[in-house]
Amino acid sequence: MAPRKPRASSRNPELIHGIGKYSRSKMYHKRGIWAVKAKHGGVFPLHEPKAAAPTPAEKPPKYYPAEDVKHPIPNRRKHKLTKLRASITPGTVLILLAGRFMGKRVVFLKQLPSGLLLVTGPFKINGVPLRRVNQAYVIATSTKVDISGVNAEKFDDKYFTKEKKKKNKKGESEFFETEEETKALPREKKDDQKALDTPLIKAIEAVPDLKAYLGARFSLRAGMKPHELVF
Amino acid sequence: MPFKRYVEIGRVALVNYGKDYGRLVVIVDVIDQNRALVDAPDMVRGQMNFKRLSLTDIKIDIPRLPKKKSLIAAMEATDVKNKWENSSWGRKLIVQKRRASLNDFDRFKVMLARIKRGGAIQQELAKLKKQNAS
Repeated sequence: MAPRKPRASSRNPELIHGIGKYSRSKMYHKRGIWAVKAKHGGVFPLHEPKAAAPTPAEKPPKYYPAEDVKHPIPNRRKHKLTKLRASITPGTVLILLAGRFMGKRVVFLKQLPSGLLLVTGPFKINGVPLRRVNQAYVIATSTKVDISGVNAEKFDDKYFTKEKKKKNKKGESEFFETEEETKALPREKKDDQKALDTPLIKAIEAVPDLKAYLGARFSLRAGMKPHELVF
Repeated sequence: MPFKRYVEIGRVALVNYGKDYGRLVVIVDVIDQNRALVDAPDMVRGQMNFKRLSLTDIKIDIPRLPKKKSLIAAMEATDVKNKWENSSWGRKLIVQKRRASLNDFDRFKVMLARIKRGGAIQQELAKLKKQNAS
């Protein structure tokens, strides 16, 4: 017979977790094993066991540790993606609270698989490039920008990782030289920034004063109480 | 300096403390030295201490303990809502509420508008000064 779909629910309703309504013998009858056996002359039909692939002969190890070595149980837990605050949706204007761009108002693009937020100035407006930012260091305003023309598909965490510096093991003389090579930003990244920002800037210029708003930094003035401010 | 606003049946008051803070109510009966029975179109009639009420200038013409329908009709007749919203007290409260609900972007736009207004005033002032000087 062609392989049939397995049954959707169990034939044995659960009374309580771990205890079914029917006993073993009743279940045997319900599943119809007796009918299958009768069809095949008193024996439940089994597939022929697959011939096991011959395992290569293992060499006895050279070294046995003196006492039993404890192995930690492998941790197979996977993190869930950081829950995004309900106030942060693609196109939201965020206020950065820490770091080099403290106080800058930026546009949120999407959440990356690591949980960090992908954000852009846009660069021409306030100097903030495509950047990753942690949700905790951000205030979400209720201002939204139309982000439908923007394609941020190709950006992920790998795009932003620093390149590993090669360690020079030889040459003690190089210890005394300052090894500061400020790498210029590769042309590709500049092009990516421009490609992403152009439709975004067009959408921003459609709203009056929004461009100046994004260019200005946020700061607390006298009389502003953060817990009473509506963002 | 005599009193101008009296506690009387029909006096409109503003609740200044408690769950109904900011609501306009009408004094519908006086219970004792400290408490009044108050009523508003959108609330269940209940008692309130006078200390929780700030009396306003508005008074409506109602008998003691009117039915809700007649209360609403009397309020419409004296147009309490518009009188309140046009009074300086009422306008102040509306402005306060609007300012408190401003968005970060709104606050930015307000700042730009204030600078613009200040600039216009300074220009006029400079013009007038020039006229005076000459």
